[in-house]
Amino acid sequence: MTTALTHLQRLEAESIHVFREVAAAFTKPVMLYSVGKDSSVLMHLAMKAFYPAKPPFPFLHVDTTWKFREMIAFRDQMAQKLGFDLLVHVNEDGVRDNINPFDHGSNTHTHVMKTVALRQALDKYGFDAAFGGARRDEEKSRAKERIFSFRNAQHVWDPKNQRPEMWKIFNTRIASGESIRVFPLSNWTELDIWQYILQESIPIVPLYFAKERPVVERDGMLILRDDERMKLRPGETVENRLVRFRTLGCYPLTGAIESNADTLEAIVGEMLTARTSERQGRLIDRDEAGSMEKKKREGYF
Amino acid sequence: MTMRHIMAKSLAPTDGVREYLAAQEKKSLLRFLTCGSVDDGKSTLIGRLLSDTKQIFEDQLAALERDSRKHGTTGDDIDFALLVDGLEAEREQGITIDVAYRFFATPKRKFIVADTPGHEQYTRNMATGASTADLAIVLIDARQGVLRQTRRHSIIASLLGIRHIVLAVNKIDLVGFDQAVFDRIVEDYRQFSRDLGFQTIVPIPMSARYGDNVTGRSDKTEWYSGPTLIEHLETVSVDEAVVELPFRFPVQYVNRPNLDFRGFAGTIASGSVAPGDEVVVAKSGKSSRVKRIVSYGGDLAQAAAGQAVTLVLDDEVEISRGNMLVSPAARPQVADQFAANIVWFDEHALLPGRSYILRTETDQTSATVTDLKYRINVNDFAHEAAKSLEMNEVGICNISTRTPIAFDPFAENRTTGAFILIDRISNATVGAGMILHSLRRAENIHWQSLDVGKHVRADMKNQRPAVFWFTGLSGSGKSTIANLFEKKLFATGRHTYILDGDNVRHGLNRDLGFTDADRVENIRRVAEVARLMADAGLIVIVSFISPFSAERRMARELMADGEFIEVFVDTPFEECARRDPKGLYARALNGEIKNFTGVDSPYEAPENPEIHLRTLGKSAEEMVDALEHWLNERDIAEDQYDSGGGI
Repeated sequence: MTTALTHLQRLEAESIHVFREVAAAFTKPVMLYSVGKDSSVLMHLAMKAFYPAKPPFPFLHVDTTWKFREMIAFRDQMAQKLGFDLLVHVNEDGVRDNINPFDHGSNTHTHVMKTVALRQALDKYGFDAAFGGARRDEEKSRAKERIFSFRNAQHVWDPKNQRPEMWKIFNTRIASGESIRVFPLSNWTELDIWQYILQESIPIVPLYFAKERPVVERDGMLILRDDERMKLRPGETVENRLVRFRTLGCYPLTGAIESNADTLEAIVGEMLTARTSERQGRLIDRDEAGSMEKKKREGYF
Repeated sequence: MTMRHIMAKSLAPTDGVREYLAAQEKKSLLRFLTCGSVDDGKSTLIGRLLSDTKQIFEDQLAALERDSRKHGTTGDDIDFALLVDGLEAEREQGITIDVAYRFFATPKRKFIVADTPGHEQYTRNMATGASTADLAIVLIDARQGVLRQTRRHSIIASLLGIRHIVLAVNKIDLVGFDQAVFDRIVEDYRQFSRDLGFQTIVPIPMSARYGDNVTGRSDKTEWYSGPTLIEHLETVSVDEAVVELPFRFPVQYVNRPNLDFRGFAGTIASGSVAPGDEVVVAKSGKSSRVKRIVSYGGDLAQAAAGQAVTLVLDDEVEISRGNMLVSPAARPQVADQFAANIVWFDEHALLPGRSYILRTETDQTSATVTDLKYRINVNDFAHEAAKSLEMNEVGICNISTRTPIAFDPFAENRTTGAFILIDRISNATVGAGMILHSLRRAENIHWQSLDVGKHVRADMKNQRPAVFWFTGLSGSGKSTIANLFEKKLFATGRHTYILDGDNVRHGLNRDLGFTDADRVENIRRVAEVARLMADAGLIVIVSFISPFSAERRMARELMADGEFIEVFVDTPFEECARRDPKGLYARALNGEIKNFTGVDSPYEAPENPEIHLRTLGKSAEEMVDALEHWLNERDIAEDQYDSGGGI
């Protein structure tokens, strides 16, 4: 079903349609805001979908307390600029137990500070629909997920028994306590995201652009030492290198790449010649085979 | 595991990037799916396409090599199927369960491909992938030929509006690249599919595993002169001129941030629109003009099919979500009865008479199948009589909705002619429908408005109409209690009537048996009769086993608010079987009676009945006292039963 619309216009229209569907059919939606480039695009699309009104739902950031400081600054700046209602949730139990990526490993840290924290926040506010920025091209189990993805009252995804999803007719019906995760960017690729950011001049966290940054080489990854909580191991040194990030998460778990791409055009140019996927820089996906599916079934986005 | 950090390759000059992006902008998009029977090589083909078009990154390739050694089915070679079978269960079992979406591009086009499962039990996931596709690659194992699932998938693709087929005769290497085998399969498929309305069928002999005729021409099939798969995908024209169709704008969301702004948001389903255009509200026939097309970047001078926009009209016309703004010259149909193709997804069969939720892109109402005209045999297209539609079956039905919907036949408009059916209790998506045409009787038979109304008739009897719906197992005491209750009401001057299950089956429902389908129809008829009697001002007492909660809910929805009172006559199965007043339990337990509620047919107990009568150890008189007590407690009794109190 082709019209004169370009590829990006089609993707944009589909995403806006999804946003409006949720606003019309659910009583308490929320948008998960993770501050990365996909979240920036998601936010931009939400602004478009409801213009001249503001998006009729709050934005929720699940803060693991290990995000890059520049992400937090950017988050607060965007909330102020666009005037959306920002909720920040931290798993205080995890903070009390001093759960951190260094002592407990990426698995436990991510589970406690991200997955459990997210479930806490959803239960606390009673949200019945939650937008996320996941794309199907990111990872194999994501490629299988519906745009409207059902979760039972325990936030569990059952990948073997997903609701059929026909045309643009979405089944938005749920019983009390159940919820739907909604992915407006399902059909976007990484290249589409960058192209759209370029086309629409969407602000993104400066960490995506190359700059001299203090990094430590550890386990084959370049880790930015964002604060003093990262203790150096024997033999490790901090050196300033020209680096940037392809994805953003908790700083101890996110590898930088050496690059001098300091403009959007240069980033796209670099992407076009890249021979590794963006998730390659993420420790959390490599812990075990099928780890993303497992995390998703437990309630991770 | 140690892995060197990645050094990005040398940068492309910025100008090159701009040129590249400009070229990307002009590319068209093709959405297609791969389908066919199990093990015909669908996932392998997609893995091959991704690999040959350089869409697989090094880290993914490394993971694939690891996985191939662990789960692979191709010996020492890389098993490309593992690229798309992303769920743990799929990799363990070596099958595809759900549809996976993959993305790739060539210098000429961008592609979104849906890899769909071949197993019959996952047909609904194949339909999910097909619903958004413009072209289907039907894979056939050259050793097997056209199979049952090949036919089923082709029929579903056709029903869902796909007009372009690639017939991929795969594993041609395993039949020695034999042209005779290829020709025979192609002939079989053309014969079988000649009535499916495909505009193009392009057969290609290929080996997905070794890449023959996928992206590169094979030197082993010199007898084949057609395109390679990728050549065909890059050039096939699937454009449907939806912009040329009449304007259709299903209203999705009413945007009302303040009193000064009222915009109608939605995605244009077909046609185009510009400020100044006259538009008509489909359901009311009211007309107005488009004042503005509002967008974030400024008002638009026009908008066309596929765009998600917000329209502001000249007048304050009443429009809510589910309605449609349309071209005044060519309006959609508005009807509450129509015929449709249905593909059934759920393990609980479709039952005529049962109430489902019908959802179009933005509208929602309840619907029942009034007539299952026939089921389509996927092997030979034979039309078979059927009383129900089982999972993965396809049939043609007449559908009746509680409120009219606006639609076009699916053949004319894939967006405004489609709907899904949702189970009222589980909320599962149980079926998909494609509308054929409205039924003439719906267009010609309108409600006759009568001057003497329900309230006038009820006032004359000094009572408020009500339907007491007694449900419970056979032998639970429904009829005894109902009978006594009616006598009490009668004694206080009320006008009543009892509809008893056994009695009605001697007359009105004499033609019905005890299958699930017949039980549903049994209840539907009785509910309609009860509604007419309530309309006549009577207090109706229905005494029916009515085992399914879906039908009791349907009956409830037929009545006015507060008029339906569900009475659960709760007697345990053992007690009913012990009493066995008609000797039926003994016979059912001996297997002499089939489909007996509580024995080999389920009873779904009410979860929230208005009145719950626990009969064990109580007399019928005590139960009637409880009923009267319940009535006397209602606040509404005094307001609404104007004289005499009580009922």
